[in-house]
Amino acid sequence: MAAGCAAIALEFEPFALSGNVYGALLNHRSALALLGAAVDAPPYKAAPRAPVLYIKPRNTLARSGDAVQIPPGVDELEVGPSLGVIIGRTACRVPAAQALDHVAGYLIVDDVSIPHDVFYRPSIRLKARDGFCPLGSAVARSAVANPDRLTLRTTIDGAVVQVSDTADLVRSVAQLIADVTEFMTLAPGDVLAVGVARPPPRVRAGQCVDISIEGFATLTNRFVAESR
Amino acid sequence: MMRARVAYGGAIHEATPGPRAAELRLADGRLVPEDAVVWLPPVEAGTIVALGLNYADHAKELAFSAQEEPLVFLKGPGTLIGHRGMTRRPTGVKFMHYECELTVIIGRPARNVPRADAMAHVAGYCIANDYAIRDYLENWYRPNLRVKNRDGGTVLGPWIVDAADVPDPSKLGLRTFVNGQLTQQGNTRDLVFDIPYLIEYLSSFMTLSPGDLILTGTPEGVVNVLPGDEVVCEIDGLGRLVNTIVADDIFGR
Repeated sequence: MAAGCAAIALEFEPFALSGNVYGALLNHRSALALLGAAVDAPPYKAAPRAPVLYIKPRNTLARSGDAVQIPPGVDELEVGPSLGVIIGRTACRVPAAQALDHVAGYLIVDDVSIPHDVFYRPSIRLKARDGFCPLGSAVARSAVANPDRLTLRTTIDGAVVQVSDTADLVRSVAQLIADVTEFMTLAPGDVLAVGVARPPPRVRAGQCVDISIEGFATLTNRFVAESR
Repeated sequence: MMRARVAYGGAIHEATPGPRAAELRLADGRLVPEDAVVWLPPVEAGTIVALGLNYADHAKELAFSAQEEPLVFLKGPGTLIGHRGMTRRPTGVKFMHYECELTVIIGRPARNVPRADAMAHVAGYCIANDYAIRDYLENWYRPNLRVKNRDGGTVLGPWIVDAADVPDPSKLGLRTFVNGQLTQQGNTRDLVFDIPYLIEYLSSFMTLSPGDLILTGTPEGVVNVLPGDEVVCEIDGLGRLVNTIVADDIFGR
């Protein structure tokens, strides 16, 4: 694990996260809706066919309570609240109907980014900075009746800035696992963030972001100016 | 020193070149033929950083103009396989190609490291063959994981060669052979962004940790490969990395 982020333990199998965090972009209907006709214009020229995936590397991983640093020269960061799926059993070419059998549990993921609005080939420095992926406490699969019916509520300094619902995913949780594992195996302890609603809330130094789902511990992070 | 990780006799071993050609010495003293072991990726990788279009000639080949910032993408550990492994080419694909790349293995944590100090953070080097399937290249977050992070799509090895044994990584010849025929040739002197620059750049926003990898990009000369093809990537002083392309049926598809 990266500086300041010890291995993240779980109270259920596989008992620890692997540290590999994948996420799906443009998997929330609001994200595609916000792009509108731009989806079919250059440089994109068409809506995505396969899942659009990215990686939050181990240096980005942080916990609830950690401060997220806003780099010099940047006024605001984007908050990216998502449900994260924790893989419990090796998932390779899993049909959607069996996908949830491979899930150990869930957690809240905050995919923090430096704001950008072109998604053709954005630099990883916008998403892969140290501490840019706070992870909440894990909840066992058995505690979640239906991962496609969860509401994520995000507040900044107590004011509600975004409410999103996993019912609005383009690919449901099970379908996403099926489509991802068609070409890449997910291993026990891997996390798959299923999609972020847009437009993303923006946060400034000194503010505190809380992301909550009923039945989950709130993910709380203060954002601070980076000191070199 | 050159070190491999191999599976043999029910365990995973560190292995070094044996006294005779095509022979390995396991850490426990056994001498075994190199084709009697299963070669694993030589490092348990942390973050895997890869460069696109980092040779001027390859960028031209793919019709890109010069960039101001390195074009970086990330891979997960599930894509790695070792020397002498098999990589699947899906049925119906039109253009799947290899990419022979010098790979840097980070040995010391690096954050805000200036280029003058960068090489002190390198543990060693190995070869990567970073396959791509261009059919799957869509125009969102290029190059997407379906192109570049496929199971078995990144061949790594055969050895880690200690940095001390690679006196000048900026003058290494790279070659790829498909079924014995030379198809790709280049030299790390033509890197657009060299290794010290890449470590300075990456560590300016992300902490690099021991075991992290930087795949530095590939020169021109990528060609389509088909099931049954043997693809060999060579880099001066780092050995020969062998891989075979197979069809879906091997994987029960």
